[in-house]
Amino acid sequence: MSLSYVLEPPASGFSFENSTRNAIVENSLGNGNVKTPSPLKTGTTIAGVVYKDGVVLGADTRATSSEVVADKMCAKIHYIAPNIYCCGAGTAADTEKTTEMLSSNLAIFSMNSGRNPRLVMAANILQDMLFRHKGQIGAHLILGGVDCTGSHLYTVGPYGSMDKMPYLAMGSGDLAAMGILEDGFKLNMELADAKTLVRDAIHAGIMSDLGSGNNIDICVISRKGVDYIRPFQESQFKDKRQRKYKYKAGTTPVLSETIVPLKLDLVEETVQLMETA
Amino acid sequence: MALCTGANQTEPLSQHHDLVPDWTAHEVRTGTTIMAVEFDGGVVMGADSRTTTGAYIANRVTDKLTPIHDRIFCCRSGSAADTQAIADVVAYQLDLHSIVMNEPPQVKTAANLFRRFCYRYREELMAGIIVAGWDKRGGGQVFTVPIGGMLVRQPVAVGGSGSSYIYGFVDENFKPGMSKEECIRFTGKALALAMERDGSSGGVARLAAITEAGLERSVILGNQLPTFSSS
Repeated sequence: MSLSYVLEPPASGFSFENSTRNAIVENSLGNGNVKTPSPLKTGTTIAGVVYKDGVVLGADTRATSSEVVADKMCAKIHYIAPNIYCCGAGTAADTEKTTEMLSSNLAIFSMNSGRNPRLVMAANILQDMLFRHKGQIGAHLILGGVDCTGSHLYTVGPYGSMDKMPYLAMGSGDLAAMGILEDGFKLNMELADAKTLVRDAIHAGIMSDLGSGNNIDICVISRKGVDYIRPFQESQFKDKRQRKYKYKAGTTPVLSETIVPLKLDLVEETVQLMETA
Repeated sequence: MALCTGANQTEPLSQHHDLVPDWTAHEVRTGTTIMAVEFDGGVVMGADSRTTTGAYIANRVTDKLTPIHDRIFCCRSGSAADTQAIADVVAYQLDLHSIVMNEPPQVKTAANLFRRFCYRYREELMAGIIVAGWDKRGGGQVFTVPIGGMLVRQPVAVGGSGSSYIYGFVDENFKPGMSKEECIRFTGKALALAMERDGSSGGVARLAAITEAGLERSVILGNQLPTFSSS
């Protein structure tokens, strides 16, 4: 099957050659007391809704590593194409890399064929890749966008199953979010209603799920363009800590100074003439 | 399609969860009741619409009747990912075959392609499929390819977790020589009975009637399903 976009050659899944070695190393580290760091996961609530003119995607911004919040302003709505965005739940690295791979494949396809990518193609590429890896890639994705055939919303699971629906929620907070969506969804909603519905769904996820929290991002995709509102709503519990800590020279007092000159002997000298013509 | 671990479903890294609930680690299954019936001139196929991940219903309006070709459909049960992938592969192979042969494909060809795939990769796959359709040479035909990759033609086939509850009903009520409308009523009633009793089946009942003239799809919504005296 010749495909005009594929960079990644169809390989036979992961190689597990190092798994026994890893188990031995893990056991020998600190007499079995030291644990290897657990993968960073996006606990997550993500949701998407098809409205009258397009698609609204929403996500929270908390990324957790076990019980610790690793990233308070994680971006879970990933760019795929000018008209396609993808929300990712599950293992953060997997969703990030999968969506990047999808984005680059679609860009190559666009350049090769001169056509704009379609949602169904993006969904097929994802499904293809995730099925081949048999669930080892922990990516639960909601793909949404507008193409020449209309507005579409797809979900692709880590084992490679795909569903197409007018409203979706994924991630650990999806039970709460789905409750809000089931109650409030109507076909052909107006933009303001759709944004409110998605915000409410993510908010329900944040309130009811420990793995979701902090801010809410919203991305509106329509024929006219994309409106990526980050953050759409900020958490009430914001702290005032700065990200950068820069101090003036001289803030830390110098107590003593020791200078040790390095004695260097000239061992070898070579001269190379440069051609400066 | 070589797998290094022997197990059918390998656990993803995200299994070791703390804040992530249990069902996100489960694979997506079509719990399912699926059914197909032959009549003179075509087939009637039916399925429920529930897809589950563990105890959560991931999709309550699934379409398990997947087109393979213009007059050939399949009903999918088992792992959602596996059956979607298999259906895609077989649809591609069948399309190529029909272009090469320059005529619409036969139902038994589609069924054989399913069987070849499901048998060869039987250790890795979890898929129970019913293939049904109409072709010029054989008329309406129903083939069943259960888990493991057997192939057998039957006048009426049921599959999925909900099928256990309706074997008696089907054996008692199926008569050869039914009309299309009778088959549709029979399938609808059987699905309703199974959906009533099986937790993994539910939602709406999707029906499709395939004849030489074409395809007629219909949906029986949850509140319009036939009800029974015991409930």
